[in-house]
Amino acid sequence: MKENTAKTTNGYLLSVDRLRTYFPVKRGLLRRTVGHIKAVDDISFAIEPGKTLGLVGESGCGKTTAARTIVRLVPATSGKISFEGVDVLAAKGQQLKGLRRDISIIFQDPYGSLNPRMTIGNIVGEAIKVHKGIRGSELIDRIDMLLEKVGLGGSYRNRYPHEFSGGQRQRIGVARALALDPKLVICDEPVSALDVSIQSQILNLLKDLQGEFGLTYLFIAHDLAVVEFFCDEVAVMYLGHIVEKACAEELYRNPLHPYTRTLMSAIPQVELKRRQQRIGLVGEVPSPSNVPAGCPFHPRCSLCDERCMQESPALNEVSKGDGHFVSCWKQDEFSD
Amino acid sequence: MSFNDKLVTIQGLSVEFYTEEGIARVVQDVSFNIERGQCYALVGESGCGKSVTALSIMRLIPDPPGRVTAGTVYFNGRDIYKLSEKQMRRIRGKEVSMIFQEPMTSLNPVYTVGDQVVEAIMLHQKKSYDQAWVDAAEMLRKVGIADPEQRAGEYPHQMSGGMRQRVMIAMAMSCRPDLLIADEPTTALDVTTQAQILDLLDSVKDQTNTSILLITHDLGVVAERADKVAVMYASRIVEKADSDDLFAEPLHPYTRGLLDSLPKLSQRPKRLVTIPGMVPEPLSFPSGCKFHPRCPLGSDDER
Repeated sequence: MKENTAKTTNGYLLSVDRLRTYFPVKRGLLRRTVGHIKAVDDISFAIEPGKTLGLVGESGCGKTTAARTIVRLVPATSGKISFEGVDVLAAKGQQLKGLRRDISIIFQDPYGSLNPRMTIGNIVGEAIKVHKGIRGSELIDRIDMLLEKVGLGGSYRNRYPHEFSGGQRQRIGVARALALDPKLVICDEPVSALDVSIQSQILNLLKDLQGEFGLTYLFIAHDLAVVEFFCDEVAVMYLGHIVEKACAEELYRNPLHPYTRTLMSAIPQVELKRRQQRIGLVGEVPSPSNVPAGCPFHPRCSLCDERCMQESPALNEVSKGDGHFVSCWKQDEFSD
Repeated sequence: MSFNDKLVTIQGLSVEFYTEEGIARVVQDVSFNIERGQCYALVGESGCGKSVTALSIMRLIPDPPGRVTAGTVYFNGRDIYKLSEKQMRRIRGKEVSMIFQEPMTSLNPVYTVGDQVVEAIMLHQKKSYDQAWVDAAEMLRKVGIADPEQRAGEYPHQMSGGMRQRVMIAMAMSCRPDLLIADEPTTALDVTTQAQILDLLDSVKDQTNTSILLITHDLGVVAERADKVAVMYASRIVEKADSDDLFAEPLHPYTRGLLDSLPKLSQRPKRLVTIPGMVPEPLSFPSGCKFHPRCPLGSDDER
């Protein structure tokens, strides 16, 4: 990825530029706005067609809000999102309808994201009817084809969501997301609610579909091992900011932000040789309504000094052209 | 067998649930021992019977619809299924206590956390309210809550998930139990918080020589924390070993499949290894070896 604050859509399918999403905090009888929850605060990234960008972070870091802003489920406060040259935040009418066709989303909770009163066929076929006006046997053929693709088979078409297990429901969610031949699929924690033996099946399915249809993924997860397997590029978020961004191999080989290093060391590993090098982390994630001054990570950082408490570091490229960006005053401490 | 070193001895435990659709045999012929000061892990996917096994140690299986149909559970040398309900109440919370996956739903939202810890203390120890309050604050300090006197006056909704789980641990440990059952204690928490809570459980275990029965689906957590492991699949224990041995040389194809299907750091395979098929439902467990429909080694004999 190149410096993406500069130009948009130069070879990118989606580019997000200095995006901010704030939620107002209202208090009192007159519901005056007394402050803002800065869920997403000045983030920029871009995805090339056919690639996968991973957005990683702990709960409350803003990764899901970022995704919801991109699909226009949440209004942005400022910034720019462009998708194939279309300004996503300004789109309306036919243009917005086109975007809804080209960008789809897979949700985390396979139990909450399927309407229990609709059959699987209706769930998958609803968008096809609305957007393409296909009806009758042609619609049924398309639904069967989609269910086939996700490993379910058309015979399930007339069943209801409660008849399926978590893994199967997530497959239905994938079929629904693919119904309109989207270009970009946003996967919001698609496997974190699933059993271990089912997780790998869904991840393989998503990878196969990417190869078959040339899909581009924005993959949101908190599990760094899953992200490393699945993504070409990874951006690590903390308190609404991207603190580090690099191609997956580089990030895992040479993590430079202290938060990234902590996250990686916190993953419990089954291999004996990888254990016992945990970096402890004090305290908890501060509330996004009251972000600390200076570097957002400084109250929990072991390297913190005066400067970190006062000035917020920018996201800078480590050395020119290597695509590894980090937002830390102390990045040299870890460079190899 | 002497029960001095064995805190818990479970022999041939079977639990059934009677439902409208039929009899669900959720735990079948489960046997294992937990020694004092040991961390014993029960691992498995959802519906494998690990939580029900834990509840049966507390004698908390709802009856009806559930029933323990076979087996014995010895705790501290006593067969707990021969005790009266009154005797059992004295054991629960005092000798065995439990923490749960979702700390929000297991704390009472209308009482302060201090009051909830005090309740556990006063139930089992002859202490005045003021004394119990001092003990409660001390317990909260021990589990790493800064400023415990003040935070004891807060309600659960004022605390983060990690803090609530610390309160649960304080409550569970307030009577110095011999056994702490931790049912997915970190599943709802972030990885960095998870590491903090697991460290806390480790230090509690070392300080008080409490045994821990850790129920989880996360093999990484097991590998790092447990002394012994039992892997459950579809109501049965399929493999049981010292933790280090199990991860060095898993013998059951299910254990091997689980380990292989985990994405691991610093390895970027093109595809993940998978276990085909789905976890079976308790009402329709396959015959023979429960794993045979998904097993790469399955043969006709196992059906």
